[in-house]
Amino acid sequence: MKLPPMRFGVVVFPGSNCDHDAWYAVSHNLGHSAEFIWHDSRTLGPVDAVILPGGFSYGDYMRCGAIAKFSPVMNAVREFAASGGLVLGICNGFQVLVESGLLPGALLRNRDLKFVCRPVQLRVETTNTPFTASAAKSQILTVPVAHGDGCYFADDATLASLRRDDRVVLRYVDNPNGSLDDIAGICSEKRNVMGMMPHPERASDALLGCTDGKVILESMIQSLTTANA
Amino acid sequence: MSDLTPSELDKVRSILKREPNETEMGIFTVMWSEHCSYKSSRIHLRKLPTKSSRVLVGPGENAGIIDIGAAPNGDRYAIAFKIESHNHPSFIEPFQGAATGVGGILRDIFTMGARPIAVMDALRFGPMDDPDNGARNKRIVEGVVSGISHYGNCFGVPTVGGETVFEPCYNGNPLVNVFALGVFRHDEIFFGRATGIGNPVIYVGAKTGRDGIKGASMASEEFDENSQGKRPNVQVGDPFMEKLLLEACLEAMKTGAIVGIQDMGAAGLTCSTCEMGSRAETGIEFDLARVPQRETGMTPYEIMLSESQERMLLVAEKGREDEVFAVFKKWGLDAVTIGEVTGDGILRVKDHGKVVAEIPNRELADEAPLYDRPHGVKPYRPAPMEAPEFSSKDLNADLLALVGSGDLCSKRWIWQQYDYMVRTNTIAGPGGDAAIVRIKETGTSVAMSLDGNGRYCALDPREGAKLIVAECCRNISTVGATPVAATNNLNFGNPERPEIMAQLVEAIEGMAEACAHFETPITGGNVSLYNETLGEAIWPTPVMGIVGLLPTTRPVTIPFKHQGRTVMLLGGIGTTDATRFGGTQYAKVILQSMWGLPPALDMDYEKRVQSAIRDIVNHGHAESAHDVSDGGLAVALAECAYSGIGASIEIPTHARPEFALFHEGPSRILISTAVPERIEEIARKYNVEALRIGVTMNGRVRIGDGSATWIDSPVDRLKQVWENALAEQLAPAHV
Repeated sequence: MKLPPMRFGVVVFPGSNCDHDAWYAVSHNLGHSAEFIWHDSRTLGPVDAVILPGGFSYGDYMRCGAIAKFSPVMNAVREFAASGGLVLGICNGFQVLVESGLLPGALLRNRDLKFVCRPVQLRVETTNTPFTASAAKSQILTVPVAHGDGCYFADDATLASLRRDDRVVLRYVDNPNGSLDDIAGICSEKRNVMGMMPHPERASDALLGCTDGKVILESMIQSLTTANA
Repeated sequence: MSDLTPSELDKVRSILKREPNETEMGIFTVMWSEHCSYKSSRIHLRKLPTKSSRVLVGPGENAGIIDIGAAPNGDRYAIAFKIESHNHPSFIEPFQGAATGVGGILRDIFTMGARPIAVMDALRFGPMDDPDNGARNKRIVEGVVSGISHYGNCFGVPTVGGETVFEPCYNGNPLVNVFALGVFRHDEIFFGRATGIGNPVIYVGAKTGRDGIKGASMASEEFDENSQGKRPNVQVGDPFMEKLLLEACLEAMKTGAIVGIQDMGAAGLTCSTCEMGSRAETGIEFDLARVPQRETGMTPYEIMLSESQERMLLVAEKGREDEVFAVFKKWGLDAVTIGEVTGDGILRVKDHGKVVAEIPNRELADEAPLYDRPHGVKPYRPAPMEAPEFSSKDLNADLLALVGSGDLCSKRWIWQQYDYMVRTNTIAGPGGDAAIVRIKETGTSVAMSLDGNGRYCALDPREGAKLIVAECCRNISTVGATPVAATNNLNFGNPERPEIMAQLVEAIEGMAEACAHFETPITGGNVSLYNETLGEAIWPTPVMGIVGLLPTTRPVTIPFKHQGRTVMLLGGIGTTDATRFGGTQYAKVILQSMWGLPPALDMDYEKRVQSAIRDIVNHGHAESAHDVSDGGLAVALAECAYSGIGASIEIPTHARPEFALFHEGPSRILISTAVPERIEEIARKYNVEALRIGVTMNGRVRIGDGSATWIDSPVDRLKQVWENALAEQLAPAHV
């Protein structure tokens, strides 16, 4: 029996610019369904998972994500997350999740104060999340980063709790931005919200040379399929 | 206050049949500036080939458009592309100058209805170790690169390649040439035409401020000691606003309610209104009081000449304005009807109902004075013809010095600051011979390359321009693509000096000959003159941007992939002599000299080599392929070896080692292959040479002539120098 496709909602803030890439990865590289959700929408519609994509929401002339957290759609995203829905924030999406309080910590200017775009190696630190369940622990993934403000920071207590609760999901093998404890991605307490600076949607198509990022989206689909079964 | 010459002023009087007022004078001054009117170059630009079966739109519009074929569903697709300079602003204010250069060319692309999918930059700076200007040059490098990064990354267009060259002639006059390319369906093409009498003229996007007033005329002057006083002439860019404008414009175009659209670039509201009217042979009447303004108390002159960024002018179908307004409201942008299309052919500008300018559109836009500036002298040459005596002391050290030199070292420090992957179409990004971006809808990819060797052109502008076209097409062919069209950016000095004008004329004629030969018509471009500071002109620097097409597939790249493969030199070892060696990187870096002539080019042979490499690559016979250009064969070999796999090479030559290793003769491509006999077969078919010159091996680059070993260097050492040179040169600026 062929299972119905999973429905991903891709939020579009003014200034999002990886929205189409996430949409394409889900719909074309993975063969599932993806719909855009406009930032002033108060509901998400019938979706199984939400992606907050990369870009420069509202220009990000203030702290990245600081304005996006006030957009109407974020209330719907908060409710969706509170009810256990899967939310993946990529790059600017991670910044928005942090600013919105859905994930702890902050993303600061890169260590060398410059935008950096390059493939980096990530180590999967835990498979106990819906975003990495299909990966192997300690698996190395090559996935690109592209950001100016990706230096993860948290206070000592937060960092300790992230470590203790196995919430550091991805670490950089070769830290490109000065992130605390080489953190590239973390998840929420309930493990259904993840933010990551690298772009898995850019590493989901063999024509572009690398498909290591697919495992993140595949894990989400696998988890949703299991939950729905 | 007039920048018009007395004879130009007479022409204005005869068009108006009266004295112009201050606003009208300002309007004529910018529209008839070199930057907007091409008055010195236009009669020569007519020599360029502009047509082919693929060219849908040639020069004269905001960008050229070529057909790229049909998608599987039958929809026909096209690409729009153009290159444009922002040289003068980037010298005065590097960050904003470069940023708004990116913004300007992006608007040229999406005003035609195309979504931008790639940007490339050709940058020219003064050397970072220049004794007098080094510190300033570093600041300009950093400012320009971060300006491009800021604007392109936020807008969401990948910066997929380009080239960066350092020469003292750019000390007081850096060049920032930005190329952009967009994609759309044939039925999505829009033009900047104000058709339909009575249709509303709508202003959209950012509000108008006092920034950039008369930027176009600044770009038409030389620099002197007071140039820093021109900072207020540089515009400030807002890439977020541009992104909104892009999305809103493309969405508004889909309503079917828009009949014409044009961006406000150089000369702002003036240029967009009169060009749109002129192209449609209509008039436009509008009231400045309705123009959204950021500042109070602006005069008509200031509003008309402002070059505030991120603004567009569009003409909608009467009665359907609300459909357009609804889209711009959704994106949170100003959209205001400021006037209407009229039938009298007059640009009529009012201020609170009172007429402040009244000029016939066509005469203003198209009757700018044309000059056939004197050029009957030899082009200015900054170098002697005779070669100096020289002999290398250490060829290994020479190669290390070359791979660590400004022009040849890795530009990773630059392109890593650009998002070169956004939109997930980048098949081959920065650092290759050509960049490749796929078109998701069609299964086709577009290869693109920028080239512009000012050193060759300084020695011989005509031959230099041909070499640039040839190299650009060779880059495209080396990745397996067929070159199909070109855009050009002509960066020159003061055209009022005959020896500079002669450079321009010779370069255009050489380019015309080569573009015809390689079947790459010019579909548009830009001319940037008066690139002089304190009377010192830059070298003639025509920059070509050439695009090619290929089926979407994984690319063949530069690095050697496996040990034990045959290394071949398609095209043969080439020829040089002492005179033709004077424009090489070896002469520049090792001998700190320049003389003689650029390398000799046989365009027929070059074209056959390019056909052969396309055939080889598309049959999958090459594991790696790399065009031999700046720095010659030895530098090209080092570039193939940065993967860690080097090669042992024997060059079958009697030439002296400096020539054999470092001459820059064209028509040569380095290949590594597991099937050399197949490559020889294809080479025979095209009647070109294909020499087996060595074999790949782990960890070393070794080159000799069979009897002596000239180069023997660990790959790691070469790579370390190549990879770190740029950052090390820039580093002291951070201390």
